[in-house]
Formats: sequence, C-alpha cells, structure tokens
Amino acid sequence: MNPEPIQAALPCHPQDDLLRTDRIPHIWCSGCGIGIVFNSLITAIKKSGLNQDEVAVVSGIGCTGRMAGYIALDSFHTTHGRAIPFATGLKLARPQGQVIVASGDGDLLAIGGNHFIHAARRNLDLTVICVNNFNYGMTGGQLAPSTPFGAKTTTTPLGSPDEPFNFCALAAACGAVYVARWTALHIRRLTTSLVEAIQKKGFSFVEILAPCPTAFGRRNQIRKPVELLRMYHDRSVVRNDLDPNLAVIDFAGNLVVGKFVDRTRTTFLDNYGLVNRREAPDWLGLEHERLREEKARAGAGQ
Amino acid sequence: MKYWRKPLDLETTPLARGRVLVVKDRCKGCEFCVNYCARGVLGMSKHFNRKGYHYPEADPARICVNCRFCEAICPEFAIFSVEDPQT
Amino acid sequence: MASKAVLTGTHFMNGDDACCEGALAAGCRFFAGYPITPATEVAERMAKRLPDVGGIFIQMEDEIASMAAILGASWGGVKSMTSTSGPGFSLMMENIGLGLCTETPCVIANVQRAGPSTGLPTLVAQGDMMQARWGSHGHYEIIALAPSSPQEMFDFTVRAFNLSERFRLPVLIMADEVVGHMNERVVIPPAEEIRLVERRKPTEPPGPGYLPFRPEADGVAPMATFGMGYHMHVTGLTHDERGYPAMDAKAQAQMMERLIGKIRQNRAEIDAWQAFGLEDASVVVVAYGISARSARGAVAYARQEGLAVGLVKLDTVWPFPEEFIAGLAGRVKALVMPEINLGQMVRELERLAAGRCRVELVPHPGGAIISPTAVLECIRKVLKEAS
Repeated sequence: MNPEPIQAALPCHPQDDLLRTDRIPHIWCSGCGIGIVFNSLITAIKKSGLNQDEVAVVSGIGCTGRMAGYIALDSFHTTHGRAIPFATGLKLARPQGQVIVASGDGDLLAIGGNHFIHAARRNLDLTVICVNNFNYGMTGGQLAPSTPFGAKTTTTPLGSPDEPFNFCALAAACGAVYVARWTALHIRRLTTSLVEAIQKKGFSFVEILAPCPTAFGRRNQIRKPVELLRMYHDRSVVRNDLDPNLAVIDFAGNLVVGKFVDRTRTTFLDNYGLVNRREAPDWLGLEHERLREEKARAGAGQ
Repeated sequence: MKYWRKPLDLETTPLARGRVLVVKDRCKGCEFCVNYCARGVLGMSKHFNRKGYHYPEADPARICVNCRFCEAICPEFAIFSVEDPQT
Repeated sequence: MASKAVLTGTHFMNGDDACCEGALAAGCRFFAGYPITPATEVAERMAKRLPDVGGIFIQMEDEIASMAAILGASWGGVKSMTSTSGPGFSLMMENIGLGLCTETPCVIANVQRAGPSTGLPTLVAQGDMMQARWGSHGHYEIIALAPSSPQEMFDFTVRAFNLSERFRLPVLIMADEVVGHMNERVVIPPAEEIRLVERRKPTEPPGPGYLPFRPEADGVAPMATFGMGYHMHVTGLTHDERGYPAMDAKAQAQMMERLIGKIRQNRAEIDAWQAFGLEDASVVVVAYGISARSARGAVAYARQEGLAVGLVKLDTVWPFPEEFIAGLAGRVKALVMPEINLGQMVRELERLAAGRCRVELVPHPGGAIISPTAVLECIRKVLKEAS
C-alpha cells in the first residue's frame, strides 16, 4: 500500500527535487544518521555541478543500501556486498557517467570486502560512501566489522571479541586516492568532502560515523539519538592529512576524523587505454610511460 | 545573542532573517534540529503528527537567522528555512 | 591493424574461442570474468579481442564480482557476458537471480566440468543442468542453450545474446569441457547475415509517469538504461512497475507473473530442437550438448541395423520443450536420454511421459563422454524388451 501524499499544502523541501518524495518518509529509524548523510550527499551532488542524467547511485543491502531507492536519479540496489562490482561494470560500460556507491560498513567491508580492496587497487573511478553505524542495523543489530571491541550486539551479547577494521587505513593501503572520515554531525565538512570525492578522479572513499540509536545505542547504554550523535562528535578530533594508520576510532579516547588522503594515481581506464594502445613499450618501460603521462596530466590540470 | 568580541561591522551588516518551515508528517521526533539550532529557535510541539511523533515548531519570539543548519541536520527532510521577506 | 568484430570466414577453432567470436559478432563489448578450467580460453580470447573492437575486458577478483559487473555493464547499455565452469557457476548464482529479478540482459557461458566441488577440472560432465534451472533461490524461468560443437558455440552464443536482449534476462550457454576444447570447423558468416536483436527502448520521454517495469503486450518491458535521463530505480527487492520496492504478497504475485509470464507466453520463440527420423521411430533418443553427438552416432548405427530409432537434439534445454516431448511420449514406445550425470534432464522426460512410454537413462558419472555403443546397447535393450 502506498501512503497517501503528505501535506501537499506546504512548500517543497529544498531537497525534494532529488528525492523520490512518493517514498518519503523513508524507513530509517528516528535519530538514524543515514538520513543526515543522505541529505549531505544530495547537497554534494548538486554542488558538484554534474549533469544529473550522468549520475548513478549504486548501493548494496542494509539500512544504508536503501539510499539508492530514495534518490531520484538512476539508482541500483544490488545484492548484499556487490555494489562495488556492479558499479565497476557500470562505470566501465559508461566511462562518461559518474558512479557513486553508497552503502554500510557491513555491506562494503564484510561481505563486500574483497571487492572494496580490488576496486581501490585498480583505482576505478568510483566514489564510495560508507555509513559506519558500528553494527548491522537492518537485521536488528548484529556484529559488524566495525563493531568496537567489547561492544554489545545481538550476536555478541556479552561484548564483541572481534577487533574492528580501520576502514580508512585499509582504503589508503589498497590505493584509494581520496580518503576522509567525518561524523554525521560534521555536516559542512562532510559535504565538502563528498563534493571533493565526487569530483576526484579515481577511487575515493568517505567514511561517516553515524548514530544507530535503535540497534547499537540501545544495547550500549546510549539510547537517545541526540546523545549518541553528540558523543561521536564530542570525542572526535580533526586531524587532516594524518597517516590513516594513526587515525584510530577509540571510544575510550578519540575518534580521529579528517581528510587523510588526497593524491593522484592513474585510473584503471587510463591504464587500460595505455596498455592496449600497443605501441607502448614492454612492462618495465610501461611504468615509466605511465608516470610521464601522469605528469603531463597534472601539468595540464594546473 | 552574546558575542565574545563585538564584530566591527555589527551595526552596518544586517542579520539575515529566516522563517522555519516544518513538513510535520515527515518528522520522526529525533530532536536533532532542536538541539543544534544555534539560536534556540526550535522546540518540540505538544502535538503529534500522523505517525505519532512530536515535531518541532519555531518559537515566534526567537529570531531565526536562516543558517539552514536544521535543514542540513534533519535526517527526514522535514524541516527547512527560507529567507524571511519581511527583512 | 585492428581486427574486426566479426571474423567472417572459415576457421579451425575450439569451442571456447568460437563462443568468444559469437559474442563479439552479437555485439558484446564487455566481459568480466575469472579464470577457471575449462572456460578460461573464452576469457583469454576476449582479453585479446575486446580492446580492438572498442570493448572492455576486466578480470575480476572472483565470479561473484564478474556476474555483478556484467549486470552493471548491461545497465550501462552495453551487451555483456561472462564465462565460467562449475565452481564459478555456483558463485554466480545469487547475482544470476539479481539479473532475473531486475530483468537484465546478459549471457553466461558455463563450460561444464565434473563435480561436485572441485571435481575433475579438466574433464567433461553435464552435471549443472538442474543448477542452471533451479540454482538461484526463489522461483523463476530461465533460458539455457546447449551447444554440441564449436560451430554451435558460435551460433548459440549469438542466439543467447538475441534472446537475452529480446526477453531481458540472463541467458545461459550450457556447454561442456569437450565442446569447449575440441577444435572443429567454424564458419562465421558475413556480419550482415548475422541476425541481431537489440533491446527495446522506451518510446515515451523521461517523466514522472514513466514505468520502467511495465510490460508491453508480449510481456516484456522496454528497457531504458542508465544515463538516458529516466532516473529510474532498480532493485532486487520485489518491486512494482515503477521499480519501487513493494513488500507484500500482491506485489510479489504481480512481479512473478511478469517474470515468468514473459518466458511462458513466448515459448514458440524460445523452444528449439532438431529432430531426425521421428516419422517411423518407436524409440527416440533425446539428447543435448556433447551427448547429442554420442546419440547421433548411436542412432546412425541403429538405423543401419534396421531399428526404428529417431533422434531429438535439444538446442534450448530450458525452458524444456514440454508440449513437443509430451506429444512424442504419446506415440513412441520409449525415450532414451544419454547425459553425463546420473539423471537430471531425464526427470523432465519422465515427468512429461507420465507413464505413457518407457523412459531410459544412459548415465555417466563424468570424466569422459558417453560412447555411442552405450547408447546403442540401451536402444537395442529397450526395443527387445518392447517387442
């Protein structure tokens, strides 16, 4: 059953032009941070000045995976963990398009971890947005690869024995050209990062620490959405350009946020063109050729 | 509003004025906007919306400066502000 | 000099290579795959050939990713395919379901080897036939073709693309190790003689009333792809004609009706078989893939002996040609099926014969093809016991 239209009398919300308003209110719980990130993403897409016909949003399964269903752009909701490989095919088939992958930490880095690693390694021109809510929200709050050591989830009722990943360090180690992390309350900086990530050529990654009061906060003594949001923000320290290996998420200490990586690497498609031109030298000389082209491009960009 | 240092152009630069609009049936009552409104304009209504949540409303006695932070922080696309034409 | 997409001429090539050439001739310009014996040659040839025709080849990190990537490319408006064998086919199952649910045209070639598990990587089997039909979860209709020679690898690959574009679904080429690796004459016709089908595009302009999953009279919805301005949502969740998730039994019933109906209602375009000597046959051998060649040998020997034997070679194995086989079962004494498994497609024969004629399996556990003699012996036995 489709709900009847809501409050037609009021003026449109400024984001309504990119929302599937006939599907709003969305399914996210009261106080969920995904909505804030989604709002920020819509602002970023508008600010980045792209032709909106050329933007595609691809997501996987889970709470954040529902983002694709609410944005009024070409969007695809894939199977669990497979947003990145789907986006890979889409981007390579239509290099002129801008592909944004938006999904959760469990989808992108547990079941989809292998794809994440390899897309970053190839430096595919994708923007990957990871909403990290420290658990699997959609299924009721189970252990995620981000769940802090000792935190309670339904599958770690006495506390998690697992060590979580540092997603930003992983992305940087695999070759991502843009890596940033913010909390859902760093809205202006997050939006700036999203614009930069969308405009960046290559594999860019933005992680957002977002409150999940319903599933995560409730089991870990912070039930109120505002308290959870404030806690993430209050404990965060901004350390731009910090080695992401040192950008730890430590709830007893600091949650390090900032823009950690912004560098240039040739993308998969650049390299594909280079090696398949056939006049290129053998593989030892090819590296030299690539650096030369990279330099020429950097020069042209300035 | 209290200033820790009085801006030199305080007298000459007019403050922006905004009007808050609430799409009340979209609200799920998280209170983010109320808590993070820099000018304390917002409070929760005593009334319920169709979904059974209290929703925010602007206190007419307080001055909205149209910073649009409520719009950015609202996860529900339920609140926004527009420039008040009266100023 | 860049090679052409259609290598018109007479070639001596193996089935895997012919499959690649068929795909290129059909307009495939994206291949994502992962090496696996005995399907690797398809990927290798694609890697060499695609850049020259303006296409993209990418070796993905696994078969799950390969399958997801070809769906992505298809929504990017490019004909796409992957190839694999048993273990990879198993990994692709979930996203084959995604392709079915989202009505995404693409082609998957499964060059079968013996299983279960790692099995016999270099040796033949036909053990994935039921997996092709039912391997992904949920209920669906799928199209699978079974080539039995390198020439058919070429022809059927072209047809697989045509069917996938026509009916908007993943189409399977259920080849096997022997067909993939045997070298034979392959005739590639001039490009203008190869009939190609392109996906139907919506005629209405983008707008709020656009329904991306509304079928036309033939049960198939025209397909807009990404970047055309339609701003549509596509999901593997049960969805309505708008493409929006719809979580109830009614929406499920409507979607299933669409997904299944478009195949069932167009069976006449999909079903394909070749029949020999059915007029006077009291026993008919029904076979597919490489086993159809064993069967052809056996039927030739049998007819030399004066036995009234016919042959049906199934070109389309899924959907199974039910009416034809049921009709046949009503007028012969026995149906014989050789297959390199211990009884999969034969169940379809048994179901359709429904006791009206005898159904006999010539099984093989895998690792070698079935000898014509084994099929011939079965024919003799069945005829003897029937008289």
